[in-house]
Amino acid sequence: MNFDDTPQEAAFRTEAKAWIATHAPKQYEEELKSSSLGRSVLKGADFLDVAKAWQKKKADAGWACLHWPKDYGGRGASPIERVIWQQEEGAFGKLSFAFIIGHGMCGPTMMGYASEEHKRRYLPPLASGEEIWCQLFSEPAGGSDVAGLRTRAEKRGDEWVINGQKIWTSGAHYSDYGILLTRTDATVPKHKGLTMFFLDMKSPGVEIRPIKQANGDSHFNEVYFTDVKIPDSQRLGAVNDGWNVSLTTLMNERMSIGAGIATGFPELFEFCSNLMLEDGPAIDDRGVRSKLAQWAVRASGLKYTNMRAISALSRGERPGPENSIGKLVAGSMIQDISAYALDLQGAAGVLSGPEDAEAAGKFQAMLLRAPGTRIEGGTDEIMRNIIAERVLGLPGDIRVDKDVPFNQIPTKGR
Amino acid sequence: MNFDFSDDQKQLRDSARKFLAEKCPPKAVRAVIDGKAPYDRELWKGLAEMGFLGVAIPEAYGGTGAGHLELCVIAEEMGRALAPVPFSSTVYLAAEALLLAGSEAQKEKWLPVIASGDAIGTLALFEGKGNPSPAAIKLAASGGTLDGVKMPVADGAIADFAIVAARTASAGRETDISLFLVDMKAGGVEAKALGNIDPSHGQAEVTFKKCKAETLGPAGEGWSIISQVLDRAAVLLAFEQIGGADRALEMGRDYALDRIAFGRPIGSFQAIKHMLADMYVSATLARSNCYYGAWALSTNAGELPEAAAAARISATQAFQHCAKNNIQVHGGMGFTWEFDCHLYYRRANATALSLGSMSYWEDALIDRMRKRNAA
Repeated sequence: MNFDDTPQEAAFRTEAKAWIATHAPKQYEEELKSSSLGRSVLKGADFLDVAKAWQKKKADAGWACLHWPKDYGGRGASPIERVIWQQEEGAFGKLSFAFIIGHGMCGPTMMGYASEEHKRRYLPPLASGEEIWCQLFSEPAGGSDVAGLRTRAEKRGDEWVINGQKIWTSGAHYSDYGILLTRTDATVPKHKGLTMFFLDMKSPGVEIRPIKQANGDSHFNEVYFTDVKIPDSQRLGAVNDGWNVSLTTLMNERMSIGAGIATGFPELFEFCSNLMLEDGPAIDDRGVRSKLAQWAVRASGLKYTNMRAISALSRGERPGPENSIGKLVAGSMIQDISAYALDLQGAAGVLSGPEDAEAAGKFQAMLLRAPGTRIEGGTDEIMRNIIAERVLGLPGDIRVDKDVPFNQIPTKGR
Repeated sequence: MNFDFSDDQKQLRDSARKFLAEKCPPKAVRAVIDGKAPYDRELWKGLAEMGFLGVAIPEAYGGTGAGHLELCVIAEEMGRALAPVPFSSTVYLAAEALLLAGSEAQKEKWLPVIASGDAIGTLALFEGKGNPSPAAIKLAASGGTLDGVKMPVADGAIADFAIVAARTASAGRETDISLFLVDMKAGGVEAKALGNIDPSHGQAEVTFKKCKAETLGPAGEGWSIISQVLDRAAVLLAFEQIGGADRALEMGRDYALDRIAFGRPIGSFQAIKHMLADMYVSATLARSNCYYGAWALSTNAGELPEAAAAARISATQAFQHCAKNNIQVHGGMGFTWEFDCHLYYRRANATALSLGSMSYWEDALIDRMRKRNAA
């Protein structure tokens, strides 16, 4: 049992470290380090511009999408090398935010199902951040129940005509392309009538409306499709086999989002170390210590679970569904931790302005953003189902709509 | 990076699991719980023959000298099987204290008989309610004799020797505490078995009256030695706890697959699935903290105090969580004497207290994290 790199891993780490030390945009390092959930803007610079510049620089030097093949803009690196890169990239990795969906989900789906010509055209600029991709799955009628989606694709000649609405599309407003899951046959059970495409987000008939989230920010969008035309050559996988195609995408989503997810614990520990209560520093208070200790072991538990997964990668094993625990644990933690940080501030905890609030309002911003972390990328409940069914081997839910043609499934509760 | 046990260590786990499945079925645990014997003598002998009692004792003292990672592996299996033997008191506490602070003569006398299964040892630390602290130790040492009462002492009624924390001055400072080694068969010591929530392990009140004792380790350093022993035992016991937690989770999972209600396996209801998923999460986080503790223990890393506290808290929480919800998944049957659920529930709650309570370790963890941050 050890934490040591193999000689090969150590050599790779040295090379990555040296390149990052020379090329990373250091002027933003402090701001990136101190950014936290619900607050990740750079003062005096456009976050997306900085992110794109860094991504392009990495791509030009062969440090983008490390685990992708070289022909598609990657480095052909091993999974463990990708992890080492992430460790060394540190806070600059936060700049990858806008690319996570494209690199983590759209790219692997294109790699699995697009034509060779399309892969060579679209993957390199996706890797370099010159083109940003989004994922168009969720709908008002299909969130956790993705296969319940209603956006229609109808074949007309060599084209498909799309009508319907997507929702919760991260970054659609700055995306160039997207992968789109549609219904192509409503007369068969829901999982059997879906088809996947990719499309140009600038296509006529695509309308993007930002959603104002509960915390006031607008990161997600509604995307409306009115007679949008997609050539059949942009279909991914067979007609009506879109469910299987989407499974590739979704498992990649859980892996990419689960890596190094924020818990809020380091911020809370620092806060409690500095905060003065009536009878001394908060961290000397017994009740505070008890709370901190319980969260500390969850944070360290996640850290070392990750180390175990990395060790498995290093041995050449593939990470399995057990990695769903990262997002499940961290989501609740950050919500509970932010609420507790406010509680420690007493009545003044209600204040949110960076000038008025303790810790520049970091925890207030975190609290208001936190509910989303337990929903996006698979709700807590979906994560528990995955653990129960795929790790523990418990039976799936009894699905009343499993064998019913989609167009006969009820659409209203009462 | 290889943050995992080696293939040899995994093989050792397999052989320990096989051995315990055969020699320590629930029936054997129940025999001790029902009071038929104070501990399972046959199993104790078998553990000695397998070399498990001396796995972390150097060959020079009669052990196999394999090491502490191997002991962690065996501890997990002991916890999984609820082995009703004085393993934790003898191996994690007494042997570790001897290895840390014993004189050459003390090590030569006691370590070989621990490894061979011929001596049971324990640590006599607590004196009634409360957590480990120098001020709580009232038992007095003067002129080589001890006077006072220790309670509860794990396996105190069956121990051949005890390591006793005593005070040599009255200010309650750390440096007032020294450790003594007492031969329980000699005069001046009397042990009385006490009822406890987990009768698969005995607890006793031990009274010392003008009891002759030899010092263990330098005078005035007793507290420092105890702190180190508690940290080391915390990691080892945490492995027992994750072994127990995993088994309780499996029992719950298996029952949920077999039990039909409302015309379907109860494991198909989300209320049950999510309860089991949360148990899995607790057990997984605890296991990962334990691995870090094992690494720190086996390398004598400076991180050991912090790693031990984290492993202890996490594993205590996981075992209590899994044992409690295993009963809940079983419903009414889980609350019967016949089902084994209560054996795990008893062990989980008893182990949670044996080295000091949750709040003691929470406090210790935060102290140690602050120290690291300040450094």
